[in-house]
Amino acid sequence: MQGVVQQIVSGLATGGVYASLALALVLIYRSMEALNFAQGEMAMFSTFIAWELISVVHLNYYAAFAITIAVSIAGGFLIERVVIRPVEKAPPLTVVLVTLGLFFVVNGLAGLIWSYVIKPFPGPPGFPQAPISVGGVTVGLQDLFLIVMTVVLLGILYAFFQFTKLGLAMRAAALYPETSRLLGVRTSQMLGLGWGLAAGVGAVSGMLIAPIEFLDPNMMQPVLLYAFAAAVLGGVENPVGAVVGGFLVGVLLALIGTYVPGARDLRLAFGLVIIVAVLIVRPGGLLGRAHLARV
Amino acid sequence: MALLELTDVEAAYGSVKALHGVSLPVEEGSIVALLGANGAGKTTTLRAISGTVRKTGGNVLFDDRVINLRSPEDVARMGIAHVPEGRGTLAQLTVWENLKMGAYVRRDGAGVKRDFDRMVGYFPWLGRRRDQVAVTLSGGEQQMLAIARALMLRPRVMLLDEPSLGLAPLVVRDIYRIIETINREEKTTILLVEQNARTALGVAHRAYVIEVGRIAVEGSASDLANQESIRKSYLGY
Amino acid sequence: MDRTFLGLGGRTWLISAVALAVALLAPLFLLDRFNTLQFAYVWAFAIALIGLNVLTGYSGQISLGNGAFMAIGAYTTAILYYKLKVPYGWTILPAGLVAGLGGYLFGFPSLKLSGLYLALATFALALSASPVIKNFDGLTNGHEGIVLPPALDPFGFGLTNEQWLYYLALIIAILLFLFARAMLGGATGRALRAIRDSETAAAASGISVAQFKTMAFGVSAFYAGIAGSLYAIITAFVSPDSFDLPLSLSLLVGMVVGGLGTLAGPVLGAAFVVWLPIYAQQIIHNRPDVAYGAILILLMFVLPQGIVGGARQLAGWYRRRSRPEEASDEASLHAVRTGPVRDWTEAPLSGTTGPSEGGSPRS
Repeated sequence: MQGVVQQIVSGLATGGVYASLALALVLIYRSMEALNFAQGEMAMFSTFIAWELISVVHLNYYAAFAITIAVSIAGGFLIERVVIRPVEKAPPLTVVLVTLGLFFVVNGLAGLIWSYVIKPFPGPPGFPQAPISVGGVTVGLQDLFLIVMTVVLLGILYAFFQFTKLGLAMRAAALYPETSRLLGVRTSQMLGLGWGLAAGVGAVSGMLIAPIEFLDPNMMQPVLLYAFAAAVLGGVENPVGAVVGGFLVGVLLALIGTYVPGARDLRLAFGLVIIVAVLIVRPGGLLGRAHLARV
Repeated sequence: MALLELTDVEAAYGSVKALHGVSLPVEEGSIVALLGANGAGKTTTLRAISGTVRKTGGNVLFDDRVINLRSPEDVARMGIAHVPEGRGTLAQLTVWENLKMGAYVRRDGAGVKRDFDRMVGYFPWLGRRRDQVAVTLSGGEQQMLAIARALMLRPRVMLLDEPSLGLAPLVVRDIYRIIETINREEKTTILLVEQNARTALGVAHRAYVIEVGRIAVEGSASDLANQESIRKSYLGY
Repeated sequence: MDRTFLGLGGRTWLISAVALAVALLAPLFLLDRFNTLQFAYVWAFAIALIGLNVLTGYSGQISLGNGAFMAIGAYTTAILYYKLKVPYGWTILPAGLVAGLGGYLFGFPSLKLSGLYLALATFALALSASPVIKNFDGLTNGHEGIVLPPALDPFGFGLTNEQWLYYLALIIAILLFLFARAMLGGATGRALRAIRDSETAAAASGISVAQFKTMAFGVSAFYAGIAGSLYAIITAFVSPDSFDLPLSLSLLVGMVVGGLGTLAGPVLGAAFVVWLPIYAQQIIHNRPDVAYGAILILLMFVLPQGIVGGARQLAGWYRRRSRPEEASDEASLHAVRTGPVRDWTEAPLSGTTGPSEGGSPRS
């Protein structure tokens, strides 16, 4: 019993990482009904920037964390302006292919700049290594940190969208772009902001998983797959769904990896199965509408 | 000089031309009615003003400035509020959020607060039901919300596209009473597009009839309302 | 995209005949050993691209995962040799059939997915291929891969290894091309195109949409499987790393660069995909992906109608040029449609703003 709870907690922690990246995916999906296949690579690139700041510039972890998020937001905004804007009005498939191209450009650039040699990435300092005991279950503090960070992230985003003028404008622009323009909203800029926010969220996701999975240009590809699974499972239009989906996927994968023999390496395939199964049975995901509009 | 003026405006959807040279002045402080049958080009005319349709000729002048190439966002920021066909309510947002979006471009927080109170004065239910999701409102309430939202912009000109569409006669009467009040109290210039000619002529000062993308008849509202021949040929009653 | 895609009429026939003659004679007189081998790869990839053409250009379904079907074909060949010592020549068709079956089966759940979600599902498929291969290492030898013997000329024509592989791939490519032409020239092709243009209209005309769509997936996977098998034979080695995401990307880029709906398209695209890494090596140091990615992005900027829309335009131009009466057939089929042609792969109608959004969350 102890073991199962352990696995669940550990699954929740990695699930938090998937949830964060899934949040980024949902953000962009809500802005433009397109999936950003490059979200993981952008997060990876952000994490490398953090690595530079910590290992080469010798900044303290938290400063590097904050600066990386800021740089990522700016970067995401720029990417939208340069790469996405020309195809804003094109069919969704074209946008998808552009993000796919972006995937490879970013991946290749990271490889060129930082090589494919695996690098270690530090976790947040100041956390004692010894796990604590909660109700008889030993829980790693780093795992707790991951879970808490994810929930905090969701909270911040929720507050932003519900309670700020800019957040409201972004929601309006995403749902009703034509009418929003009549109200003076620069919808194009809102889209750029959406990408910026998504990139910032993705950066968090990357920095959270790098200590566990080690840093290399291909690090985020499995995470991207699981994040897609999480977003689809929770409902691709629903941020809360993305987080719930992320935790669910994390726990499922942890349990499967431990208790189903020989299945450890098949977890990516399970991600595929989740995606296909959910899209067929209930495309809206757990928290979404039962049937999505046909895209 | 007219506050808003269209001179020989042509517009097209893709390759299909919808306006073939519309000239239409709108004097400041007046209510102008643009009438005509379905598909005649009424909505397109409003879109030409707000910049949501591609213009292929002519000029749109606002305050003596040519605004042909302005994007819809810019036109709104200049003080032209367009309430589109079907109200354009931000359906999944609440009443309060709709009104806040109406004031999006404004920087004066105190003024916005005062205006919100004024809207509640016109439509008391707005205050009581500010957290209600807009899509659950009735047609008439949505129309009132759309007008209130447009007013939150403090516009100099309001473009109203078929405010009576789909509403019961009593509700239409209320809406038009409000339109009249707004024009009188706020001095807002209003360009009103309607199929329901009789009601529109009841509040308008001037009227224009558009047919197949061109202005066919113009005159004071009372003239159009009183001339039986015009009423029969162009207005259907 | 109709008879004239794979059709040979008049001047086109002459050009094709000359091209074919050049292709047959090139390895003997024009090409050195290295380039002969590269062209062998080109023919193999062209086969995969013909298959992709059937899927995307004809039935309008996107697949980012045909690399996985190539993997199935390649590993079928490799495993048949490795485990059962089957001579490579006999493994080609089974490889195609196994992959084709896989594609056909994948086609069923794909019926419910379209557009964005199909892209996502096939993307996930491409990502999972390599780990699945590594996982079943009892069968596939895991990440070490399987080494195959060099494929020698069995008929004793005195060809070098490279030349034999070149002709093997070329002959198979020509056969499969003719097969595709035969299949797509008639009712099947018309049905697929009708489905691509508008599924509801096609269904209303009595076409079994499900049947044709799954068949298209199966066919494209079959072609990918054969291509994969040839790839394994030519390289004489398979490993999971050969079938990762960049492979599917290169197929995609090849399809877009080569263009859908032309005779030469798959060959041009394949040539591009095979030669780009070689030329890019100086600049990009063995990461052709960056170049593929950048090219893909730039191509998307340039194609306002999207891939399928662009193909349709091109097809329409061909049709009007060579067979004016065909054009009116298409027109009458299109008359069945009730609305303007618009599916998710096409650009929205320009110059309009849609009806206002009040009252309905998202149209």
